Amino acid sequence: MRIRVRVNGREYHQEAPDHWTLLRFLREGLGLTGTKEGCGAGECGACTIIMDGRTVNSCLVLAPEADGATIETIEGQAEGGKLTRLQEALHKHHAVQCGFCTPGMVMSIEAFLRVNPRPTVAEIKEAIEGNFCRCTGYQQIIEAVQEVTGQRQEQEELGHA
Amino acid sequence: MLEKVPASELKCVGHGTERIDTVEKVTGAAYYTGDLCFPGMLFGKVKRSPHAKARIVHIDTSRARALPGVHAVLTGADLDVRVGLYLVDKYVLARDVVRHFGEAVAAVAAESPEIARKAVDLIQVEYEPMTPVLDPAEAVKNGAPLVHPDLGSYDYVQEVFSPVGGTNIANISKYRKGDIEKGFAEADVIVEREYTNPSVQHVPMETHVSIGQWQPGDKIQIWTSAQSPFTVRNLFCHSFKLSHNQVRVFIPYVGGGFGGKAGIHLEPLACCLSRAAGGRPVKIQATREEEFSLLPCRSGLVNRIKTGVTRDGRIVAQQMTMLWDAGAYADYAVNVTRASGYSAAGPYEIPNAHIDAYTVYTNKPFGTAYRGFGHVEFSWGTERHMTILARAIGMDPLEFRKRNALRPGSITLTGEVIREHTGNVTKCMDTVARAIGYGEPLSKELEDREARTGKRIGKAVVALHKAPAMPPFTGTAVVLRMNEDGTVIATLSLTEIGAGTYTSIAQIIAEALKFPVERIKIPIENDTDRDPYDWQTVASKGLMLCGNAGILAARDLLNKAYDMAAQVLRANPCDLDHDADRIFVRHAPDQSVTFRSLAVGYAYPNGSGIGGPLVGVGRYIAQGLTNLDKETGQGLPALDWTYGAHGLVVEVDPITGEYEVLKVASAFDVGKAINPLAVRGQIIGGMIQGLGTAMCEGYIYDAAGKLLNPNFTDNKIPTSLDMPAEIEAYVVETPQIDGPYGARGVGEHSMIAICAALGNAIQDACGADLTKMPIRWEDVWRALKTAGPQVESSATIRNRAACNTRK
Repeated sequence: MRIRVRVNGREYHQEAPDHWTLLRFLREGLGLTGTKEGCGAGECGACTIIMDGRTVNSCLVLAPEADGATIETIEGQAEGGKLTRLQEALHKHHAVQCGFCTPGMVMSIEAFLRVNPRPTVAEIKEAIEGNFCRCTGYQQIIEAVQEVTGQRQEQEELGHA
Repeated sequence: MLEKVPASELKCVGHGTERIDTVEKVTGAAYYTGDLCFPGMLFGKVKRSPHAKARIVHIDTSRARALPGVHAVLTGADLDVRVGLYLVDKYVLARDVVRHFGEAVAAVAAESPEIARKAVDLIQVEYEPMTPVLDPAEAVKNGAPLVHPDLGSYDYVQEVFSPVGGTNIANISKYRKGDIEKGFAEADVIVEREYTNPSVQHVPMETHVSIGQWQPGDKIQIWTSAQSPFTVRNLFCHSFKLSHNQVRVFIPYVGGGFGGKAGIHLEPLACCLSRAAGGRPVKIQATREEEFSLLPCRSGLVNRIKTGVTRDGRIVAQQMTMLWDAGAYADYAVNVTRASGYSAAGPYEIPNAHIDAYTVYTNKPFGTAYRGFGHVEFSWGTERHMTILARAIGMDPLEFRKRNALRPGSITLTGEVIREHTGNVTKCMDTVARAIGYGEPLSKELEDREARTGKRIGKAVVALHKAPAMPPFTGTAVVLRMNEDGTVIATLSLTEIGAGTYTSIAQIIAEALKFPVERIKIPIENDTDRDPYDWQTVASKGLMLCGNAGILAARDLLNKAYDMAAQVLRANPCDLDHDADRIFVRHAPDQSVTFRSLAVGYAYPNGSGIGGPLVGVGRYIAQGLTNLDKETGQGLPALDWTYGAHGLVVEVDPITGEYEVLKVASAFDVGKAINPLAVRGQIIGGMIQGLGTAMCEGYIYDAAGKLLNPNFTDNKIPTSLDMPAEIEAYVVETPQIDGPYGARGVGEHSMIAICAALGNAIQDACGADLTKMPIRWEDVWRALKTAGPQVESSATIRNRAACNTRK
């Protein structure tokens, strides 16, 4: 069917097979390959995007279900090429290793901070629970979030014995 | 290679520089193999075996071939080609028999993934199921069904490995030190136990994916998510009898590897499908389910350890038999067997040792390299055993470890002498012990918590070591090219699989050139036609080998720049010095020439040129290492040893077995932390990945050998909610004399032995005696219920009783 969506502020009106997921529509239909598929079953969170203000696993949403929706993906984050504060903080804190979970992780945190701008560590952990990261062990991601929320104290991060 | 620069003068090395590859990763701009699409590209899918072992009676592909949009259908009958890393034992597609659940028996290339999937469903395979052999202990018995009846005729690396034809033994590695009988005779207490590990999946967030294009004229291009572009090329050329000039391998960004993308995997099949489809590129992307059984996992292990100790806490003898469950193909498992054998003593000196490590074929998905390369698995047993031994003689487990720790003058299992600069494992242990308050009374807070909840706090310290497992002649090269503006592009063929090594190498090169790190670019993508050789991105050897090659390349580039500058300045090269921007005469610094003006050759004011574009080449190869003697294991396998320790605090409910890891502190002797933030990332990342192995991960099979949990619902990996509340990462810095600025690798080590830290802390908390990985809550509960007689000395039991009373 023909799908009308607003993605990162741009209107699209495009044909897609009925059985396509939103993830596939974004990647193959619109060429927005920043959003990744990690499992295709809604378990790993790599495909997280923001749809009408809420995060969804785009592998679990059929493209036709997104008709009329407003969507935000990783490609829309750095406006005019300037990194967001969250992206800057992830960069600074080595919160990214292989980077495959990062787009989904960024979208989850972004949506979370809009509703909870001063979260506790426990709340941050809960917010990213659905985003698997196999590389970082999450710690530096949490520290980056704390920097964004102004809750991070500068400290020696690697102890020298 | 240690550049003798005081830490205070280091401008790039030792700083937590931002990674060179993050901006594209946080913006979604980084492209991975799965993001690539080429004109005419087809999609490959495989038909997989539902049986662990079966004879393929007949395959009917006619309906698949007739489906519109299908361009190629292949079965094993079409491909008489075997591929293998050390032992050439695997057909691209199964021929005649299938050897494990999930093995590829046929493949299709079609115009869309949907058509390909439909075509795969239309392929009819008639199997005659056979009795599989699933348990390595059964597989080594005489008369066990053979996984590879033709093992005796396979090609293999003869200098290193010893397959036994007519059996399921793909390799035996033997290590002999001292006199084992005499050692046991000196022992006051002998403890013998068995520890097991299941197979575990790496779970890179990006599944394996390859695009192959086999063009007419046998010109082949491969884009792949792999750790080792040159090994993919070399093995591919070897198997298909092609010249290295005919095959080009590209590696875009890689979404995690952890060893699972070392070697060669989907690349041959993608290329064969392309050839059959007339040269159109074919992409095969593994589903998450396929990642568990079509692609390799970590080998399981049955580890029997018998150790003799004296009452004063000295280990006098250790005998080990390791049965590595390779699954159906040898892949890396034979080398895991070798490497775990020579490391199996742990970071301790054992005067009399007798170790037999077997790689055993079974009818299960096959094992490969996985971060730690055998050490995660055997250290579960050896570090549990160290604590059991200490308890057996009534000694504190940390004290027992420190008494036996390797120190300068110690001799390893293979006869290597440990030196001052090898590193300091005792300091690692002391550091983490302090960090978790080991041996100290519980804090008031924790004491109150125990009283309030009825739960018990337990603590443990474990130690570890690992050397890179690699051929003794492993070499690499780095090429530097200066751009017109004085910036530098460095090319190398280590792949940036996420560990951050490229950033550290950029820092090393910048330091050696005395340039700011921003002037060094290392393209993340690799291309075997354009980049200098590297063996593989494995073994935690990349920083040291490529770092050294980078320093040598910097020196080479500077030498050439100095030669040109000397001519321009009419000075002796030996009188020259440089800063970030110019080369100057040391005693007349106003006489200078800029790098910018030398970068592509110097031009005099009248237009005449000299020199030429500045290129620096650095080559480095491991020095002085040897193959190991096949009967005794004696020789020099270790480029370097990285030592480490974990301290772990756990809280256990002694009624239900539920537990929570409260704190982990880890310390590693990295020689020099080139980038402290990257080192911290490796330490914490491996710690959590290791806790996944410890707490919840592992393959579960039914009695017929079918994998039951190939997904994230049934094979959980740690999420942010599984993190310990407190995490601390430390480094010890005993400089590696031949390491770049004193550094040695730490990519794998953080995963090693953490399983045993958890097991030992749980035992400390509640007495549960665990011998099997992983440790799920129900396993603790079960161990508490069945705390019956074990193969332990009575002292152990007394000691445990005393421990419990103390609580």
